[in-house]
Amino acid sequence: MMAREYETVIGLEVHVELATKSKIFCGCSTEFGGAPNTHTCPVCTGMPGSLPVLNKQVVEYAMAMGFSTHCQINQNCKFDRKNYFYPDNPQNYQISQFYLPICYDGWIEIETKEGRKKIRIHEMHMEEDSGKLLHNEWEDFSLVDYNRSGVPLMEIVSEPDMRSSEEVINYLDRLRMLAQYLGVSDCKLQEGSMRVDVNLSVREKKRKIFGTRTEMKNLNSFKAIARAIAGERERQIDLLERGRQVVQETRRWDDMKEYSYAMRFKEDTKDYRYFPDPDLPSVMISDEWMESIRASLPELQPEKQARYERDFRLPTYDAAIITASKHLADLFEQTVALGGNPKKVSNWLMVETLRLLKKHGEEPEQIRFSPEHLAKLITVAEQGSVNNRIAKEVFEKMYEEDVDPEVYVKEHELTSVHDASVLKEVVKQVLENNFKVVEEYRNGKAKVFCFLVGQVMKEMQGKANPTMVGELLRKMI
Amino acid sequence: MVNKITDEIIDYVGNLAKLKISDDEKEQTRKDMQTIMDYIDILNELDTRKVEPMFYIFPVHNVFREDVITNGDDKAHMLANAPKQKDGQYQVPKTVE
Ligand SMILES: [Zn+2]
Repeated sequence: MMAREYETVIGLEVHVELATKSKIFCGCSTEFGGAPNTHTCPVCTGMPGSLPVLNKQVVEYAMAMGFSTHCQINQNCKFDRKNYFYPDNPQNYQISQFYLPICYDGWIEIETKEGRKKIRIHEMHMEEDSGKLLHNEWEDFSLVDYNRSGVPLMEIVSEPDMRSSEEVINYLDRLRMLAQYLGVSDCKLQEGSMRVDVNLSVREKKRKIFGTRTEMKNLNSFKAIARAIAGERERQIDLLERGRQVVQETRRWDDMKEYSYAMRFKEDTKDYRYFPDPDLPSVMISDEWMESIRASLPELQPEKQARYERDFRLPTYDAAIITASKHLADLFEQTVALGGNPKKVSNWLMVETLRLLKKHGEEPEQIRFSPEHLAKLITVAEQGSVNNRIAKEVFEKMYEEDVDPEVYVKEHELTSVHDASVLKEVVKQVLENNFKVVEEYRNGKAKVFCFLVGQVMKEMQGKANPTMVGELLRKMI
Repeated sequence: MVNKITDEIIDYVGNLAKLKISDDEKEQTRKDMQTIMDYIDILNELDTRKVEPMFYIFPVHNVFREDVITNGDDKAHMLANAPKQKDGQYQVPKTVE
């Protein structure tokens, strides 16, 4: 019998933390990393008698996300209570949107090997985050920190339109880029400001009906997502091949063991007993309000890329790479505004910056050096006061510690020696010390010239301009 | 009687709401819930095809606050409500998935 071929069917539920200053229903700070329970009040700890009041900015961020993903807007929308008992949820219900989510029926376009593909968005809704539970293996209790309780989230639910982990990562990249461009969220997976649940099923190729799906949680990086997809696909195919059935359940991915485990906590939509939250008046979005948000949308990546190609004459490839990160694009424009040559700025960002980011496993948002310092480095290198190799060294220092390149070059005496008399003296010395090599060169062995340049550079401790050294050597041999 | 409320449903719903219901209470609760469901059945008989759906019950909308931090650190006061606390956090029975 021929081995059966299977197709993976994936839909995503993505939670992004919205970048508001205060929480969704109270005036507590959303700042990450405060001491436990220092950002709490009666509303976000679910005290009886407290009254939630909606943060207007949350609605506007949600609309901005909706417009940029071609969604329809529910101009009459409202909040519902999702009822469940767990200590991270102090009200015993989460305020979310169930019946009338703010956005629905949109799409995001991704690049695949077969060309462009639309991933449909089923809906996006606003909701509040829960608190954080802390467990200690040795104790028989858990501790709760409610700083995160009430931080605004947007849940983005896709249709099951993805077929591989590449498509999933591509979709998440686009989504993250959009949120960052809009300033709606910083989408950091590690810090939990972007959380991804993967709904996955498999079916035999060419079959129309979907298989039974599972939902996977606890995916903290793009790599973990890719591994979880591969692992869960394999597990489900293995079950089917052995004539068994996939059970619809929520599973927790263990990235260390590269396996998912069924979670004990089972849930069914109707068990949440959703009903409209009577504490929160409905939201009516007028045409005027929608228009004003639409009009205030910032320049998004495709327009920015086109503008870089047109105004800064960057090649398409360069413009695409720099604009892929809002942070990199901002750094580029700020440095150019300070007088940096666009092509040179782009080169430093694309080559050295990306190399160091990769080496340190960092994201563009973690870049420490300022546009002022990058502009200075370019000036220093352009004026020829340091050569290329040293400029790269200085850049590395700047990347690590944001040193001022001018000051650094001066302090470490890295400036190239332009004084011809000093250089002449060194060249003369090198020629004398290597008279045999000089002889070979005169006899037509052109290769040894590089060796002589190298010797001079070594004597100069790298602080010479190689072109200048070459010219002098030719003159003096 | 389209929706028949059984003892099993009362147990199920009671469990979701984390309620302990005694046998006497169970019978009364079952009757009450049946009355509600029967009333809904009556409403379902009405022809509402030409009626605009009412999506919200109160005549109030768009009550917002601006995105401004107005609360400071009120930890001590807040934790005073906790049955138990430890290291500035709420102490609860162990919950591990
Ligand atoms: Zn609060």
